[in-house]
Amino acid sequence: MAVFNLNINGKQQQVDVDPSTPMLWVLRDHLNLVGTKFGCGVAQCGACTILLDGMAVRSCITFVDSVGDKKITTIEGLSENGDHPLQQAWLEHDVPQCGYCQAGQIMNAAGLLIANPHPSDEDIETAMHGNLCRCGTYTRIKAAIKTASSS
Amino acid sequence: MTIVKTKLDRRSFIRSSVLAGGGMLLGFSWLASSCSTNTPKELSMPDEWFEINGFLKIGENGLVTIMSPNPEIGQNVKTSMPMIVAEELDVDWKNVIVEQAPLNTDIFTRQLAGGSQSIRQSWPALRMAGATAREMLRQAAAQKWNVPIEEVSTGAGVLVHRNSNKKIGYGEVASAAAGLPVPEEVELKEINDFSIIGTSRKNVDGFKIVTGQPLFGLDYKKEGMLIAMVAHPPAFGMKLKSFDATDAKAMPGIKDVFVVKTYNDDYELQWSDTTSFNELVAVVGNTTWEVMTAKLMLNVEWEPISDSNRMNVPSGLESTADHIKKMTEAGAKTGSEVRRDGDPEVAFKNAAKIVEQIYTAPFQAHNTMEPMNFFADVKEDEAVLAGPIQTPEFMEKTLAARLGLPLEKIDVQMTRMGGGFGRRLYGHFMVEAAVISQKVKAPVKLVYSREDDMTYGVYRPAYHALYRAALDADNNLIGFHVRMGGIPSSPLHANRFPAGAVDNYLAESWSIDTNISTGAFRAPGSNFNAVAEQSFLDEVAEAAGKDPIQFRLDLLKSAQENPVGERNDYDAARYAGVLEQVREKSGWESGASDKNRGVAAYFCHNSYVANVVDIEMKDGRPVIQKVYASTDCGIVVNPDAAVNMIEGSIVDGIGHAMYSGLTFNEGQPEQENFDSYRLIRHAESPKEIEVHFVKNEIDPTGLGEPPYPPVMGALANALYKATGERYYHQPFVKNTFEA
Ligand code: FES
Ligand code: FES
Repeated sequence: MAVFNLNINGKQQQVDVDPSTPMLWVLRDHLNLVGTKFGCGVAQCGACTILLDGMAVRSCITFVDSVGDKKITTIEGLSENGDHPLQQAWLEHDVPQCGYCQAGQIMNAAGLLIANPHPSDEDIETAMHGNLCRCGTYTRIKAAIKTASSS
Repeated sequence: MTIVKTKLDRRSFIRSSVLAGGGMLLGFSWLASSCSTNTPKELSMPDEWFEINGFLKIGENGLVTIMSPNPEIGQNVKTSMPMIVAEELDVDWKNVIVEQAPLNTDIFTRQLAGGSQSIRQSWPALRMAGATAREMLRQAAAQKWNVPIEEVSTGAGVLVHRNSNKKIGYGEVASAAAGLPVPEEVELKEINDFSIIGTSRKNVDGFKIVTGQPLFGLDYKKEGMLIAMVAHPPAFGMKLKSFDATDAKAMPGIKDVFVVKTYNDDYELQWSDTTSFNELVAVVGNTTWEVMTAKLMLNVEWEPISDSNRMNVPSGLESTADHIKKMTEAGAKTGSEVRRDGDPEVAFKNAAKIVEQIYTAPFQAHNTMEPMNFFADVKEDEAVLAGPIQTPEFMEKTLAARLGLPLEKIDVQMTRMGGGFGRRLYGHFMVEAAVISQKVKAPVKLVYSREDDMTYGVYRPAYHALYRAALDADNNLIGFHVRMGGIPSSPLHANRFPAGAVDNYLAESWSIDTNISTGAFRAPGSNFNAVAEQSFLDEVAEAAGKDPIQFRLDLLKSAQENPVGERNDYDAARYAGVLEQVREKSGWESGASDKNRGVAAYFCHNSYVANVVDIEMKDGRPVIQKVYASTDCGIVVNPDAAVNMIEGSIVDGIGHAMYSGLTFNEGQPEQENFDSYRLIRHAESPKEIEVHFVKNEIDPTGLGEPPYPPVMGALANALYKATGERYYHQPFVKNTFEA
């Protein structure tokens, strides 16, 4: 066990966990931030995507001792009132079916838009490749990202 | 005017007394904050709720809470079912909040997510619940104003006295209405007067989903809750021999390691129970990561099961190569006859041309994005369970038997589910969670890793079909023969099209036993039949020199005008309707087309769907440019949500036909996570999907399954146009293009 000071959604948080604990479980089990989802544990589905200094990473393979003072953003902290352009676009397009993958999709899209504010269809497909949606909402996700990127 | 008997006997409609202030938030204290599921309302939460009946309650300020009775797996019933109640209640949708109803089979019928039946089977009850409440509110207003009820009308949550134009909000008479007797019969709205049904309403959980609030079983938390995981045998056909828990127990945060027996020896299994792995090793600890890590330290010995095990599971370690060999042999032999019309043998003997093909499909894992999990808090005299389950009603009974508690002492709460697809019909994980909680005497959340989930599946069976068609010299279809089977069950639906359209018809079935657990998977059976049959019909049309759509329409016409046999279970006119619509909308040209397009149509779970798929080849790989869908599911309750469901089914269908399959080696699944098990991804899904509905006033049927199977057939037929090859064996990607 070791103590880590983490910057999460703009707040300093302290956790006492094994250094090999993935951020996914630090968020979910220790900090009660369950918006970040567990889907595969091996960086294959994207359900656990968070931002690390604005870059989309898979929290299931991001170990707590590798974070340092980088800023972590989770779905809960993407916007204060749930009104990030992506969240709004997601609601406008009524994207979710079961909804389970969507936090990861939105966080990955957020990373994409930071790096590339006006992605082409192909940019979107490439960037979103690692995010599975078992319900098949891909067409709506793409439409929502385009709406958000033009707003 | 449609008058219906309320049919709601008193027992089935909770007679409500006026409820005390503070509202009645049912169960789910962790969800209490999130009871107002819709986006922010103009009205604030009321001080008091008045329960008019089990489906709805009204606040003194006019805010209405409607209960969504059925489990939500992404089919969007949590929005569409309350819409139906709201329609008949005649309220403004923006003043409605939705709550997941508790499991209560005295009030609600069929609280199950499966078979695409939620809307279809609840349609009358939901309408009646809304209409009954509206009638009681009118009665209350009539009494208050001392006027005949006939003079009181409603509109958007307001009662109006027609003659005097006096008005009063529902909230103001809710208290009085709640005390009135339930009327014997009520008037339903005319379909033309619908103002909510048939209009698109956003997912009531949408805001919570996009802001990451707790909704799913895996998000469930309770003070003092422990985490549990289970180890199951690595292969089907094996069981626990012995284990050494020393290393695992020594790991940080671990509370206990022990054997869990899911079902007792004398327990009589129901259809929703599984039998493959009855003894598991449970690891219980403080946090998920600690338990996951400790589980790796388990030293377990497994051994093959014997022939005489009590679950009647056959012994042996099965491999995919054996499965294929066995299915090939079975498919070559006569099966058991399920339907015969005319004299098929003679038809084939007299045929000018015979088309014959074999189709196969592999086992598939459901792979819901949210892995199996469940919360259980079992005490000596009561049990609370919460989590994702499609069959709460069945599982409550299983739990009562397993825990030795009376049914009414078991409280099953339904969370939103991160996908179902049939996997969560089989709730062994609930029993496991309950038994673990009972043993450790603490609230427990059982969590499956992705590997646990994929390797202890209740898989889609493996299927095999032989199709034969006899054409005469004029290219008329004079004989049709289908022989279908699977491991462990046959997907045959003998009375579906083209049965009824061919004079000489023979359908046979066979099956092969297995110890691999299998069960319903989105559109069971149909998910194979549609692709095999619809690719075959394409090939037969080609052999007959006919346009594939016209060929089908001609057959459907004959099924409509001169049906062969009496047990045909489809409506040929509605079937033809979706084909005609997709032909028109896709601009289908018979004969040569510069597009690589394929068509298919299928009927299952009471709805009709036809697709056209357009493919372009890029760098030797197929790119799906566009998919057209035409659907006849009767009245469309929530159009945009229905479109979403159809789009998703199309992506899902293409994905599974193209990429997905589970193979076995010596009983062991060879894929255990998404690096080896292929699911469709963003770039592989269609660039565009265009959805149309056949408009009619038929009571709504289902949409969770019907749009899933046919697109696979249309895909196979489009691939043929694009590559010149027919695709007989799934997943198609294995045939030519490696991914
Ligand atoms: S859970 Fe991290 S990528 Fe799947
Ligand atoms: S919405 Fe269900 S997995 Fe994406």
